[in-house]
Amino acid sequence: MDWGALQTILGGVNKHSTSIGKIWLTVLFIFRIMILVVAAERVWGDEQDDFVCNTLQPGCKNVCYDHFFPISHIRLWALQLIFVSTPALLVAMHVAYRRHEKKRQLRKGDKKCEYKDIEEIRSQRFHIEGSLWWTYASSIFFRLIFEAVFMYAFYYMYDGYQMPRLMKCSAWPCPNTVDCFVSRPTEKTVFTIFMIAVSSICILLNVAELCYLLTKFFLRRSKKAGNSKQQPNHENKEETKQNEMNELISDSCQNTVIGFSS
Amino acid sequence: MSWGFLRDLLSGVNEYSTGTGRMWAAVVFVFRLLVYVAAAENIWRYEHDEFECNIKQPGCENVCFDHFFPVSHIRLWALQLIMVSTPSILVVFHVAYRENREKHHNQKLYRNPREIDGGLLCTYLISLILKTGFEIIFLVLFYKLYNGFKIPRLVKCDIRPCPSTVDCYISKPTEKMIFLCFLVATSCLCIILNLSELSYLVFKYSVKCYLKRDTKKQQ
Repeated sequence: MDWGALQTILGGVNKHSTSIGKIWLTVLFIFRIMILVVAAERVWGDEQDDFVCNTLQPGCKNVCYDHFFPISHIRLWALQLIFVSTPALLVAMHVAYRRHEKKRQLRKGDKKCEYKDIEEIRSQRFHIEGSLWWTYASSIFFRLIFEAVFMYAFYYMYDGYQMPRLMKCSAWPCPNTVDCFVSRPTEKTVFTIFMIAVSSICILLNVAELCYLLTKFFLRRSKKAGNSKQQPNHENKEETKQNEMNELISDSCQNTVIGFSS
Repeated sequence: MSWGFLRDLLSGVNEYSTGTGRMWAAVVFVFRLLVYVAAAENIWRYEHDEFECNIKQPGCENVCFDHFFPVSHIRLWALQLIMVSTPSILVVFHVAYRENREKHHNQKLYRNPREIDGGLLCTYLISLILKTGFEIIFLVLFYKLYNGFKIPRLVKCDIRPCPSTVDCYISKPTEKMIFLCFLVATSCLCIILNLSELSYLVFKYSVKCYLKRDTKKQQ
């Protein structure tokens, strides 16, 4: 049980996503989850053990560590990834609900159901339109909100994205202002900046996807409006053609009748 | 044998659940199980090693740790996850029993063995009540064992062999408290989901029964 299970769920959503959504999912898996599991966890693995304070006072190190790191970067990233992936579950649930409705229609033998068997329903890819469009757009919106909130939380908690080498601590029971040294500060800064950069890319991808969906929505709407205006003129043209045909037929009939009679 | 078993159980139960039941499974899976495995477990990994008392007396740290943490938060959390997911097995067993019975008699005994009606409805309601009960029991246990949901930075200990009242420092108390609050919040959310599912099912089937009786009277 690990991130693989989340990957299975999100992989299912991939089928119904736009191309930008698929790119976002790839970036999420390769550049965030994989980097977190394979590299970042090792860098932060010994964070408290190797956090050293220039004092022998028992308890001072614990208190200073807790003061400077209320929540570890690694845990915050794990939470961010979980929260950012969750809106995709809304889409998965909506698709599952639609499939369930189609299956119900099929079982009842409803004539409206355009599928012939359950396997077809299972493999069917739903287009992002109607209520699914709203669910999809909301999921992207929530993703954006979560990404922004976590990036701000990082910035606020750690006063920026750089990890200092030295921190000065005077929390009780430290006897006075004590120097505390963070382990691997440069490596941690590099990974923090990398994760922030990838977060920003994901935000841009989400914004692009949202704009794409909105553009598609408005284009479809204007097409529909355009089609409904054209249809009456089209009908008139059809009518006049039909009238001409009828006249030709009646003329030819009359001619044949006259020909017979003569 | 690991959490994968629980994951499979939750996915299996999903098939026979209502919409709210599926939401409950998603919340348990994503916000409790995944957070536990991916984040919370590591915070409590070295809790004993990092628990430090201001004394060199051998045995004092061990005794104080044992006094303040009779059962570690993380173990209680794991137990809670297991106990809360297990009542769903009742529903799985009942559906399997129905399907076996149909096979054994070689005829259609139920309209749909997986539909929540009759005996399966009772089993489902019992599983919901048990799930809610376990959630509440564990929340109360957490509250009673640790005097609330706060984790202090410093605890004072004077148990033998500590020679006097000694200051002991807990590691990562703020981070632990954040995740504990997260646990409590998700537990409460699950309780709300279970109760709403329970009331929805009771209401739905009471209305069904009432309408049936009405049509029978009219006939």
